[in-house]
Amino acid sequence: MSTITMSDTRVSLHELAEFVWREAEILDRCEYDAWLALWTTDGRYVVPMAPGEDYEDQLNICFDDAKMRKLRIERFQQGFSISSAPPANTVRTVSRFVLHSATEEEIILRCAEHVIENKFGRQRVYAANLTYTLVRVDGALRIRHKVARLLNSDGELTAFSYLF
Amino acid sequence: MSVANAPVRPEELVEHDRVQTPLYEDAALFEEEMDKIFGRTWVFVAHGSEVPEKGSFILSWVGRQPVIVVRDRKGDINVLVNRCRHRAATVCEVKKGKTSSFQCPYHGWGYGLDGSLRAVPYPEQYGEDFDKASLGMKALRTESYQNMIFATLAPEIEPLVDFLGPATKWIDLFMKQGGGYPVKVLGEHQFTVPMNWKIQLENTTDAYHFPVVHKSFIQTLDAEATNTFSFFDKEGFVEDLGNGHSVAVMIPELIDLDANLDEPIPERYQELAQTLRDEGFSEDKVRRIVRATGGAGFNLNLFPNVSLSLSFFRVLRPLNVRDTAIRHVCLGMDGGPVAANRMKMRLQEHFQGPMGFGTPDDAEVWERVQRGTLGGKELPILVNRGLVDEVPGTDGPRGHFSAETGMRAAYQMWKRMMSR
Repeated sequence: MSTITMSDTRVSLHELAEFVWREAEILDRCEYDAWLALWTTDGRYVVPMAPGEDYEDQLNICFDDAKMRKLRIERFQQGFSISSAPPANTVRTVSRFVLHSATEEEIILRCAEHVIENKFGRQRVYAANLTYTLVRVDGALRIRHKVARLLNSDGELTAFSYLF
Repeated sequence: MSVANAPVRPEELVEHDRVQTPLYEDAALFEEEMDKIFGRTWVFVAHGSEVPEKGSFILSWVGRQPVIVVRDRKGDINVLVNRCRHRAATVCEVKKGKTSSFQCPYHGWGYGLDGSLRAVPYPEQYGEDFDKASLGMKALRTESYQNMIFATLAPEIEPLVDFLGPATKWIDLFMKQGGGYPVKVLGEHQFTVPMNWKIQLENTTDAYHFPVVHKSFIQTLDAEATNTFSFFDKEGFVEDLGNGHSVAVMIPELIDLDANLDEPIPERYQELAQTLRDEGFSEDKVRRIVRATGGAGFNLNLFPNVSLSLSFFRVLRPLNVRDTAIRHVCLGMDGGPVAANRMKMRLQEHFQGPMGFGTPDDAEVWERVQRGTLGGKELPILVNRGLVDEVPGTDGPRGHFSAETGMRAAYQMWKRMMSR
């Protein structure tokens, strides 16, 4: 694994991968309180459709600040949403990690995610390019921004009862 | 010969208060629908703002047929079947853009924006009787109302405005959500659902499901917005508008977005109102824009493939008897305040997107209808709700807001078209 040295900060790709794998397992297990705890409160969870990064002025699939993330999770957990009670089961694999940059302020990591969902015995496959903006809070990695750009994001998808 | 193998007779499948299961399940019936319904009526293809300039185009469909909606050099809108007249290849696979012509990638035949055949490489091998004028792309009859573009595969049918009939005045009301600006498409969510297209056709005129299926959405709203979506406490209604069209009024106070401008601004829109005030808009203008931002308080169902709902178009496209594609087209204000258009997009992301707080639950119940119809094929699908207190309305029968009046309207049109 490569190691990038930025001033006094050493970032190992393995540490970043472990963090993202742990998040993937949390999402597969629907441990959503644990998922919310991975975040800082100042960033966005974005599932965009259009190219480019001007998310605020374009229609997205998700464009969640901390409040919307919390509402989203509450909806999953309260049991009144027929698509979430129960949700599709998922198995996700995250790979092809590329460290884009690391400074004292934040780390930008790109990787590939494959999700297989199962509901009613029918399985669907989705792929997404993920871009994480990670920060350290008291030494621990936290997510500030996460952008999940699905293949065919500007085309026909299906409705989702889980996160990417 | 068993009854199960007998040909399905469309006119026997629809009664006034019930329809039969093969409507969702029978593949031969689906093929017939594509010819007799999608092949013989006005089908919504795009909004004019999606092809704003000369040369602008967007891909769409009429039934299962791929088409290109394009604005030509004269500013006229053409709807062309996306198929080269030589050996059938699609001439365009770019979803949206701007061009001066279309060229088939296979042998290089070139077409103008009106579909006329302009160039054929190495034409010598075709001989002297080769008639370029007769080999243009197939152009469909195209008409618009309020910038909504419709096309038809049947050139002889009635004009679009006659087909829409009383629905036009509801379209006029719906477009008031421009708030004084032209209505513009801001983007769209697209998804497919394993269901017959008519399960979707029913849904946009079905306010009965809202408090059940969308309870988890309502719970994420503030108390005031919850009240807005509490349809059972209001005086809404569903009215049959003829030709399969219907309107379902869920939020009567939002029928006319230019009225009641003196009402207090809801909590949900206070921040937007303040932003607009800070930008120098007059209080009157602020109230008009804020009221327009949430969209109309009714769903207008236009047979067979488009609904106008709150702040979006829902466009359905039948893929096969058990699969349907849906577009949720987000509408905003062309040249309007950035903050208002941002809020329109955030509202749409909240409910209508494939990860919204509404659509996944809709998709689940629609699929469940399709799955359920595998059982008890002899059992009817009931559309009798609200017959008990239905009254004559302005343009047709009017029922309780949760009545199935709109479904009955659509199925009577289905029966009329399928019996021809």
